[in-house]
Amino acid sequence: MEKMTSPYRWGMAIDLDRCTGCGACVVACQAENNVGLCDKKEIAEGRNMHWLRIERYWVGEYPDVRVRFLPVLCQHCHDAPCEPVCPVYASYHNPDGLNGQVYNRCVGTRYCGNNCPYAVRVFNFYPHEWPQPLDSQLNPDITVRSRGVMEKCSFCIQRIRRAKETARGEGRQVADGEVQPACAQTCPADAFVFGNLADPLSRVARLSRSPRRFQLLEHLGTHPSVFYLKGGGREHV
Amino acid sequence: MSELPKTTHGEHAPAARSAQTVNDELLSSMRPPTLRWYALVIFLLALIGWGLFAFGWQVSHGMYVTGKNRPVMWGFYITGFVFWVGLSHSGTMVSSILRLSRANWRRPILRAAEAMTVFCIMVAGLFPLIHLGRNWIFFYMMPYPNQRGLWPNFRSPLLWDMTAITAYIIGSSLFLYLGMLPDLALVRDRSTGWRRDVYGLLAMGWRGSAHEWAVYHKASTLMAALIIPVAVSVHSIVAWDFAVTVVPGWHSTIFPPYFVIGAIFSGVAAVITLMIIIRRTFHLQEYLTAQHFDNMGKLLLVISLLWSYAYFVEVQTTWYAHEPIEWEVFSFMSDRYTWPLAVMLIGNSILPITLLCFRRMRRSIPVLLVLTLLINVAMFIERFLIIVPSLSHKNMPFAWGSYSPSWVEISVNVMALALFALLYTLFAKFFPIVAVTDVRELEARRGQVALGRASLPSLPVED
Repeated sequence: MEKMTSPYRWGMAIDLDRCTGCGACVVACQAENNVGLCDKKEIAEGRNMHWLRIERYWVGEYPDVRVRFLPVLCQHCHDAPCEPVCPVYASYHNPDGLNGQVYNRCVGTRYCGNNCPYAVRVFNFYPHEWPQPLDSQLNPDITVRSRGVMEKCSFCIQRIRRAKETARGEGRQVADGEVQPACAQTCPADAFVFGNLADPLSRVARLSRSPRRFQLLEHLGTHPSVFYLKGGGREHV
Repeated sequence: MSELPKTTHGEHAPAARSAQTVNDELLSSMRPPTLRWYALVIFLLALIGWGLFAFGWQVSHGMYVTGKNRPVMWGFYITGFVFWVGLSHSGTMVSSILRLSRANWRRPILRAAEAMTVFCIMVAGLFPLIHLGRNWIFFYMMPYPNQRGLWPNFRSPLLWDMTAITAYIIGSSLFLYLGMLPDLALVRDRSTGWRRDVYGLLAMGWRGSAHEWAVYHKASTLMAALIIPVAVSVHSIVAWDFAVTVVPGWHSTIFPPYFVIGAIFSGVAAVITLMIIIRRTFHLQEYLTAQHFDNMGKLLLVISLLWSYAYFVEVQTTWYAHEPIEWEVFSFMSDRYTWPLAVMLIGNSILPITLLCFRRMRRSIPVLLVLTLLINVAMFIERFLIIVPSLSHKNMPFAWGSYSPSWVEISVNVMALALFALLYTLFAKFFPIVAVTDVRELEARRGQVALGRASLPSLPVED
């Protein structure tokens, strides 16, 4: 681990035992982050823009079939494969441990998208438009991305920035639970827990030490900031 | 790699021609263009125009006009890039390595090979710019002081690519130009009017003094030695684009040598194709003999064996390790792309190795033409099969996909071929495509001088 220059290391825990696969997080993310609207054709071509997707897996043989949901978003790796390959530093690591993406720098080599083992980076193949009245709900805190640019989940960095500014104004640190990305805020099952991993007492830090914890593709050594929780027992097929 | 046999093979009669005839024959390509030449140039220009239209279509609409999608973000463009960088290794291999090993049979073909290097790497350099999502700000990747206060990321293999390709374009152009100096002077002396001034300028005042020749020989040997590490590093770096990633099927330590072998393979095959075309177009049957094709065929055979070994090792390690996701990529590749895979193996391994073992096949021009064209088709497929299947089935099964090229990508790849052909056609018309001085030097070495009553070789044979 590199030397910490920030009191924050943002991370997330996703409790798969709670997730119902309802997809509210996907919609919330789309609304919060000005994610482009895709029609049927775009999605059929594999060019959908979701920053957060619910992966659905069927487990078991008939009649004992179970469905597994796995919400996958940018894992904000600490050794991120996407970062070193970008020739223009559009993909970079910020002091809070987030994978930043600077849209204005991006020239669209799509190398980061190839090198992301989680395939969570989405590319603006199409120019996206927000027909009336959808343009009124665009979030003013976020850039609307042009075509030819790579984008991905930012842990709702605009909300983090705002919380940090408020806290700094009051001369304190951001409290646990004070900032939530759109997906965590919306989840009806409370499966997402977001917070500061650098604070050992925060909820997310405690969950990240849970015996139920695992990370996606841990063997690749990317050191993600997202922890998944999954219980054993019969569920553990 | 030895001296050509002098009189054992009847097709080659040494030193019978005067210097004037040799010059005339070798510079025949520079005679005023015929109608067929104009037709060819217009045809190539039309293909390039169509490719430019396709590229313009992509720039004005968006990357959705290509076949790329979420898991497969690179496709035909990067395939074309790797392919053309590979082809550009011909000149280095044929010209500098054979120059350093003093293989005299290289002489009539070295110019053709060196020119091919320069044009191939120029064409290759276009692809990374074409494939960008926002082509109009490609200069963000260049290191120059800018208002963003940002230096490019030199940890990115794409920057290594750009550095290596720039170095190779400069190096190979110098190599070509340096070797051409005496020939340019020859052309200057034979031309009149404004052409004389242009060639005079290009020849940089070459007079052919003994001192100039000594410096020229030293410089060209040095250049030949210096260009080899550049060439090897260029394709190693292209291989690192893939090898340094965590994509299953790309992440492999054998990639740099494997890519370099593949590059030399397609390069040598393309040189043979070009030799056949040049020989026929410019009636150089006297200079490009069956002996040359025989030697090139042997070279091709060796490289084909090397390539087959490297490919086998690559697949073998995947199979032996049986890492689930790597094996998945391999299974997907052999399942979905069975036919291309078969063409690749036949064209790169089975046919070359069996055919080129036979002297009669190595000396048969039609066989070599078909074989070398097939090798380059197979090498394009090889690059495609490295790039696309790995991306289609990466680590997350939910995000698996596939790819097929769109008309835009195909048009741009055809444009690349046409652009190369056009540059080459123009070059052959305006510059000596056969290295006249090198050929005449060999003739002089082979000539007999009378010494008293004895007739002796004019110069001791080097090797």
